[in-house]
Amino acid sequence: MEKYAVFVPKLVTKRENFAPGHRACTGCGEALAVRLACKALGQNVIIVSATGCMEIVSSPLPYTSWRVPWIHTLFENTGAVASGIEAGLKVIVRKGKRPAKEVKVVVMAGDGGTSDIGLQALSGALERGHDFLYVCLDNEAYMNTGIQRSSATPFGASTTTAPAGKMSIGQVTWKKNMPAIAAAHDIPYVATACPSYPFDLMAKVAKGAAIHGPAYVHILSVCPVGWRSAPDLTIRIGRLAVETGIFPLYEMENGKYKLSIDLPQLRPVQDYLKLQGRFRHLSEETIKEIQYRVNKEYAKLMEKVA
Amino acid sequence: MTTQRIGIEVSRAIAIAAKLANVDVVSAYPITPQTHIVEDIAELVADGELDAAYIPVESEHSAMSACLGASAVGARTFTATAGQGLELMHEVLYIASSMRLPVVMTVANRALSAPLSIWCDHSDVMAVRDTGWIQIFAANGQETFDNVLCAFRIAEDQRVLLPVMIHLDGFYLTHMVEPIYVPEQSKVDKFLPPYEYPLPLDPNKPITMGAFAPPNIYTETKKAQQANLTAAKEVILQCWREFGNFFGRYYSPVEGYRCEKAKVLLLVMGSLSETAMSAIDTLRDEGKEVGLIKLRLWRPFPFDEIRRAVRDAEVLIILDRALSFGGPAGPVCSEIRSALYNEDKKPKVISFVGGLGGRDISPDGFKEIINRGIEISQTGSEQEFEMFGVRE
Repeated sequence: MEKYAVFVPKLVTKRENFAPGHRACTGCGEALAVRLACKALGQNVIIVSATGCMEIVSSPLPYTSWRVPWIHTLFENTGAVASGIEAGLKVIVRKGKRPAKEVKVVVMAGDGGTSDIGLQALSGALERGHDFLYVCLDNEAYMNTGIQRSSATPFGASTTTAPAGKMSIGQVTWKKNMPAIAAAHDIPYVATACPSYPFDLMAKVAKGAAIHGPAYVHILSVCPVGWRSAPDLTIRIGRLAVETGIFPLYEMENGKYKLSIDLPQLRPVQDYLKLQGRFRHLSEETIKEIQYRVNKEYAKLMEKVA
Repeated sequence: MTTQRIGIEVSRAIAIAAKLANVDVVSAYPITPQTHIVEDIAELVADGELDAAYIPVESEHSAMSACLGASAVGARTFTATAGQGLELMHEVLYIASSMRLPVVMTVANRALSAPLSIWCDHSDVMAVRDTGWIQIFAANGQETFDNVLCAFRIAEDQRVLLPVMIHLDGFYLTHMVEPIYVPEQSKVDKFLPPYEYPLPLDPNKPITMGAFAPPNIYTETKKAQQANLTAAKEVILQCWREFGNFFGRYYSPVEGYRCEKAKVLLLVMGSLSETAMSAIDTLRDEGKEVGLIKLRLWRPFPFDEIRRAVRDAEVLIILDRALSFGGPAGPVCSEIRSALYNEDKKPKVISFVGGLGGRDISPDGFKEIINRGIEISQTGSEQEFEMFGVRE
């Protein structure tokens, strides 16, 4: 990646469809993910947003950061709203009520809006085979409402509703494997991405948008506020999530799995955990437990890749 | 095909109305007693008689959400539900009205659980009373059919752009075979112009829909919405006038039956008003000065029409098909009482609740209600309202 650094401005479009001036926090990995995704998507899209950080920072009446058509209705229904848009566009184009033009419907929702409250609507939309791209912006908790745990919060993380205390390590469940759930719908494309790997992210979003049928891209988005990390470490923490094997970058295309980045050896999870206040309370024993689990999950993924 | 009167199940008639309206998107989830409506539409689509997308979603919440999306790109959009389904849609209903998305929905009115009941009452409607939808009650199959056609025209009128619910009583209407006039397509096409949404989601002209409102602007958006819904009444009246001119059947927000010189009036919404008419006939034959008021337009509430209709009566007996637990009276009665409170000349208003969970009320039952209502107006009652037909 480093070798491209000097060419980056030339390789990537300068057009910002997610305009600057939005109100995301300093060091927000999610805003960066949206910005990159919007560069990859271009202008022929309709974006369906769930309630959440990105909705709130981008659309305080009478302002908007969206230079593409954008709709937000509720928290849990993006899969269904996208279904209606996709089906509606198809039929009115067929009936000659709107000129034929390739328009991609793209959902953007957080981890809560995806793996908790929005899971049913998403599952329905994937199962029905609508031609749309679903982008999950995963910052591993309900950050917009103040760092409450979600099913995407990792084991051992302290949140406001699963706080670490004398009797608890915080989150006592393992992160829900949302990409695997999406893949279980037998859709043509599933990928994981992280804005710390911008070209990879953009390529996956573009690929997901180009594929006919449902596509799902799960983006790990570092949240300095919720993860209790320094805002200037956002990119590094994203990289460490990948390099430790905690959040592997991969693609699933028509049932075939492919690793996006070749890691000869995983770094210890401690490298990733120690930069974040949400894991500060973890004992060595718990960290060992996490290491064991990460190794196991990574090995499972390797089997799929092989 | 010319206008013909055919014996047909009312649910099927609704499907035909949707087809005549040439809807683009139908998104629905099955729930008794709405099922026949959406089954018939799915069949019309499957047979190629209606060119539409039928989205078989996984819940009513998603049914209405998909309607939002379809409507936002400018598709003519229809759905149907009942009871619990309407409740599951609840928060989405506000979005449709607040974002000015003219979805049309028929509601097969059904009681709410628990205990589970698939049968008719108006509890489902009353729970969504304040969602900002235009709401029209049908008393029979023809009214249902006609008002589905009107609903599209009203909803899509550029002065309105609001969603419309047509209420029809579950089973009593949905599963009833009635003779219904079905007009020819060309006539419907003239009555119902093609739909053009002024600001659809379109990459050629990007817009932001559903931005959030800080406290300094929320109140203004709600004031605008309130003004918009209230003003829609004129468009509804105009639509009904023109529907009458086209098809020969005229509708009004409030309809009277044998109200001339009536000292006692009974007010009912929905299909029970047809039964009540028989009771009124009998009582009139017996020389009693009673009449019937049917309330058809539920939202926006027709204040003037209601006030005018009941002004000269001494007693107004209102039968609600829903309870407001722990509240003052049935919901319809509460609203009418409130509408009359500041009037100088007004009848005594007596509240009954009955016909819950599919319990029928016969013409004799209505006679009983009227007689008891008259009695209460003279002697008073210890209760705020009385529940009719309860087995003790």
